[in-house]
Amino acid sequence: MLDASKFLADPSGAVNAVAAAQMESALGDPKVIARDVNVYYADKHALKSVSVTIGARSVTAFIGPSGCGKSTFLRCLNRMNDTIEGARVEGTILIDGRSIEDPLLDVVELRARVGMVFQKPNPFPKSIFENVAYGPRIHGLASNRTELAEIVESSLQKASLWDEVKDRLQEAGTGLSGGQQQRLCIARAIAVSPEIILMDEPCSALDPIATARIEELIDELRKNYTIIIVTHSMQQAARVSQRTAFFHLGVLVEEGPTTTIFTNPSDKRTLDYITGRFG
Amino acid sequence: MSAATDIDANGFESTARVRASLARRHAAERRFRLVGLVAILLGLGFVAILFASILAKGLPAFWQANIRLAVHFDPAIVKIAPFPQQQAGQSSAAHEADILAWRTELAGVNWGRLIENALIAVLPPEAAQRRRDVSRLVTSGERFKLRDLVAANPEIIGHTIEMDLLADANVDVWVKGNIDRTLGDAQLMLTPVQRNYVAVLQEKGLLTQKFATGLFTNVDSRSSLASAGLAGAFIGSLYMMLIVIFLSVPVGVAAAIYLEEFAPKNRLTDLIEININNLAAVPSIVFGLLGAAVFISWLRLPLSAPLVGGLVLTLMTLPTVIIATRSTLRAIPPSIRQAAIGLGASRVQTVSHHVLPLAIPGILTGAIIGVAQALGETAPLLLIGMSAFVANVPATPLDQSTALPVQIYLWQGNELRNFFEARTSAAIIVLLALMVMLNGLAIFLRRRFEKRW
Repeated sequence: MLDASKFLADPSGAVNAVAAAQMESALGDPKVIARDVNVYYADKHALKSVSVTIGARSVTAFIGPSGCGKSTFLRCLNRMNDTIEGARVEGTILIDGRSIEDPLLDVVELRARVGMVFQKPNPFPKSIFENVAYGPRIHGLASNRTELAEIVESSLQKASLWDEVKDRLQEAGTGLSGGQQQRLCIARAIAVSPEIILMDEPCSALDPIATARIEELIDELRKNYTIIIVTHSMQQAARVSQRTAFFHLGVLVEEGPTTTIFTNPSDKRTLDYITGRFG
Repeated sequence: MSAATDIDANGFESTARVRASLARRHAAERRFRLVGLVAILLGLGFVAILFASILAKGLPAFWQANIRLAVHFDPAIVKIAPFPQQQAGQSSAAHEADILAWRTELAGVNWGRLIENALIAVLPPEAAQRRRDVSRLVTSGERFKLRDLVAANPEIIGHTIEMDLLADANVDVWVKGNIDRTLGDAQLMLTPVQRNYVAVLQEKGLLTQKFATGLFTNVDSRSSLASAGLAGAFIGSLYMMLIVIFLSVPVGVAAAIYLEEFAPKNRLTDLIEININNLAAVPSIVFGLLGAAVFISWLRLPLSAPLVGGLVLTLMTLPTVIIATRSTLRAIPPSIRQAAIGLGASRVQTVSHHVLPLAIPGILTGAIIGVAQALGETAPLLLIGMSAFVANVPATPLDQSTALPVQIYLWQGNELRNFFEARTSAAIIVLLALMVMLNGLAIFLRRRFEKRW
């Protein structure tokens, strides 16, 4: 059993990278490998030397108090930080062994492979059909209207929204309830057949029933997609994820199987957080 | 710790201090609302006074004095060859030349005599000796009406046709009472004989007030003042508005989209933004100077052409369109853009598929308001040469022309104040009506596009 505490307590990047590499072998099928990632917003050092490995076809949860950098790290994975003025990302992030900063990799293609669902549901002000069809359309995934309709139907079914909207595909997407809108956004993200789905606190704007449905959905989806979910709720992380990473003040404090993190964490800060001493 | 509480009339507990302040706060609120109400009423009052005075002065000008006469197209006066028929073996070009020659002959006919004869027929017998006075009862431009009638229908020669002819401007002024009747003969513009004839015509019921369609269909005129109309100014303004719309909207919207969505946020972009905001505040006459210097002196475009006017007004409208578009784009929630980018849309796709459709109502409103503003601008047009009297409808935007606000300015300077006061106000009413229509169109289009989503 690997004693990670010795290594993780050391803030130096080199040691973190070694620890991460050693953890890789314990995971089996690494999808995303981040090494020594630093993010600066103008002068503010938001993420400090984060190294982590995400396994394929599983759910990884990022937890931590507000402002600890988990959403920032999530946005690094599909290079959404590029759209923020003054943001600077350093370090290596590999997806399937290929760096996402590679100049030969078109960032548009990256975002087709790494989908994102946001905290507040943001369907386009178009019809439900158009919402889901937009991604496949711009990436040229369907060669005719029948194929497009098929993609839309299968995405809505995978997002378990099809039965509720199949009779009103031409109605505005903004006319759905909050939980339905979020499932629509998930369907929209799935429609481009990504390999990884990033979810930034997807249930924080929803009521408990809608939250439960989304969590069921995530459990279904993990059979085919790699899911990384940022969440404020530790209970949600415990319910939904297989591995959990704890962030604090821009540093990745601890990462491991969910049950271990929540029952027997190695770092004191983790223990303080999950017992509610802060955050 | 606990403040002194008491039960007030409604049974609610409250501290004495809160209750003391309540009266003061309610009084302050009442004062504020009163001030606001007074301000609105004052503003509306001034607008109402303005509109009422314009309407009061201008509406009477929409009806003009007309004299109903039976005009006999005497072949002895209309001494011209019959309308040329196409001869056997004659080419159509030669036939056209024949027709042109026939029409030129028409210009030599003394149409005024026909009108005088028609008047003499209904006036006292001694009018036949006072042809000069009689001829001035109908405005001189009506001769061309007769000529055009014969040119279109040559077969009426020899017949008598009853028609309404526009009375002279001074007759109109006299009949409407726009002149002080106690003034001396020299100032009254109509001789005593003419005034007598006017009274006769009125008695016979031949002098009536008819709707002045000529105001809209005629061009400006200095010789036949009662015929002066807005047609030339209308078309000139129309050409200019079209040029403004087709130039300023695409350029302005594209510039705003670039500045808002694509330009990096650095000092250069800030500088450009400051300059655009300043340009919106530059007095319009400066744009006129710019137009005169660049378009007329340097590029040698024709003086007083709607093209030049349109270009100058475009420059004036651009800052308005850019600023309106930018604020519309800013109002669109960034979550839409993020959703599109997260799906893998490029920046251009994000803007054209998602941002622009949402921005159209705001862009339309800004564009139409800018155009409506440009419609009423006079100073820059005066500087590019539109202060001249132009008596034709411009066939192309390169012909000399005038514009509605300039026409108003020219009419306001006409010596015959008694007639042109009302006519100027009528022209102002037409201009205001156009602006109201444009703004109404903006509101309608905005509502219609907003409903879609």
